[in-house]
Amino acid sequence: MDPARFTQVDETTWRIEPTGAMRVPSIIYADEPLIRQMDDKVYEQTANVAMLPGIVKASYVMPDAHWGYGFPIGGVAAFDAEQGGVVSAGGVGFDFSCGVRTMLTGLSVADIMAVQKPLAGSLYHQIPAGLGSKGAITLDAYEMDAMLKGGAHWAIEQGFGETRDLARIEEGGRMKGAKAECVSERAKERQRREMGTLGSGNHYLEVQAVAEIFDRDVAKVFGLKLDEVVVTIHCGSRGLGHQIGTEFLREMLQTSEAAGITLPDRELACAPINSEVGQRYLGAMRAAINCALANREILGHFARRVFGHFFPNADLPLLFDVSHNTCKVETHKANGKTAKLFVHRKGATRAFGPGHPDLPPELSAAGQPVLIGGSMGTGSYVLVGTGGEEEKAFASACHGAGRAMSRHAALRQWSGRQIVDDLAARGILIRSPSQRGVAEEAPEAYKDVGAVVLAAERAGLARRVARLRPLICIKG
Amino acid sequence: MQSYGNGAAAVSIGWEHFPHGADAGVRGFGPTVAQAFEQAALALTAIVTDAKIAEQSAVKVRCEAPDIEQLLVEWLNAIIYEMAVRDMVFGRFQVALNGTRLEATMWGESIDQEKHTPACEPKGATYTMLRVAQDEGGTWSAGCVVDV
Repeated sequence: MDPARFTQVDETTWRIEPTGAMRVPSIIYADEPLIRQMDDKVYEQTANVAMLPGIVKASYVMPDAHWGYGFPIGGVAAFDAEQGGVVSAGGVGFDFSCGVRTMLTGLSVADIMAVQKPLAGSLYHQIPAGLGSKGAITLDAYEMDAMLKGGAHWAIEQGFGETRDLARIEEGGRMKGAKAECVSERAKERQRREMGTLGSGNHYLEVQAVAEIFDRDVAKVFGLKLDEVVVTIHCGSRGLGHQIGTEFLREMLQTSEAAGITLPDRELACAPINSEVGQRYLGAMRAAINCALANREILGHFARRVFGHFFPNADLPLLFDVSHNTCKVETHKANGKTAKLFVHRKGATRAFGPGHPDLPPELSAAGQPVLIGGSMGTGSYVLVGTGGEEEKAFASACHGAGRAMSRHAALRQWSGRQIVDDLAARGILIRSPSQRGVAEEAPEAYKDVGAVVLAAERAGLARRVARLRPLICIKG
Repeated sequence: MQSYGNGAAAVSIGWEHFPHGADAGVRGFGPTVAQAFEQAALALTAIVTDAKIAEQSAVKVRCEAPDIEQLLVEWLNAIIYEMAVRDMVFGRFQVALNGTRLEATMWGESIDQEKHTPACEPKGATYTMLRVAQDEGGTWSAGCVVDV
């Protein structure tokens, strides 16, 4: 995008003043090179979001933003139910609560490198990845509903996970207000055999080394030590979420017209929060969030089991589990008063600062871990929420590197085999059912994740704690 | 894309992928809307796999929508659903349209990771870049972005 199209507030804050049907401004947090890299559609999409009824303060954009559908990926917007606010199926997307969890291992890089190949092979065979992979778990109707209500609690009750994990998962591992009865039979059918599967696209499991520490005090609280190893999992609500997103997008397209809402883009289909459709969507969406929380808990359990074969004494406590693609009811200050708002984050991470009441006591002084997935070759980051009185974008931060080019363009530039070989030469083992999938996820197809997190830090969204570099990547 | 026909206004048939942020655009072309829909379905399959797909079994689907563009989204989502619950990929499609009602048969086989090496999994068809239209030469095109 051309930076001249914005009002520059400071080095990392850019505004689009409200024009036409925009009810509030748009605010983009990024440095100038990142703004230049962003597709022009990001401008158009964030301006469209600013037109939705009941939007509060501004339509925000994170530094890793790119062209999405409806909302930009990296878009954040909050709505007030009392002001006619809406909930938007397009604003949350198809993969509810797609998110990232990181587990500590206490193992050193040397420990892992001694077994790198067999460990990579074992993880690849034990963690179902890619389209057509089968999970070992089949849910009947009763268990499906129990899972949709219970989230990670349900997974632990089934023997997949540890009770101590719950305090380290958003919402304590169970999203309240989930209504299994609001989820269609088709969505449930799509999920019956998908629990404990990684999925495909940009979903992965990585074994990573702590390569750099930026904030020693917070790293200590998080348990991150230089040259120690962590395991990170990125995946979401699988087929169930995709089906719910599809069905409500279609329904809201019809009902928004009936509710008198003028949509600047069909993909922004929405419903008033205080409407039958809006409430039904929230019930289904929360059930889908629980599905994602349960799925990541199960995958974490599988990873622990594999590590247990190689390192019988290893303990893998959960550092944290973050969700992207959500709409959550949160209390924020807006326009001089504290209000309960429906915060949509599409490809953005919640980033609560120190002292936030929803954080577990041991993290309260430091703030919420914000886990940023990078690309296969470049690495990932752990940030910490800053929040407090100066909270920006409703306590949200970036979620990843953000793509610099489409899958289509990546395929024309790289071969999967070449990427696997190049990364192997750098000590990074990739295991994937599809070479083409690897090419589509080529490291160079992503923006520089280092530049993204630096911009997030400069903008005051979150602060860098550690950089992680990949050792093994299981790609779906 | 192949072309056929006689005279100056050759009508095209085929499909293409078009770039979109993190996702993928699919577009089919044909002399009729039904053929453009069939080609768009082939483009959807090609997001998943480049492998040849055996016609081991046939699946019938039906859908409808308020207009022809929304019908394309419904059609692609119906295929995505059948792929997901049957663990199949489809390599041939036959579409019959009656206004904005669609009936189709699709032929395919069980997905096999070794044979098909699936690159990614379509999550859902979107209304982004959704367009079903006829050009001046008479060719229909039908396309949208698919979330993957």
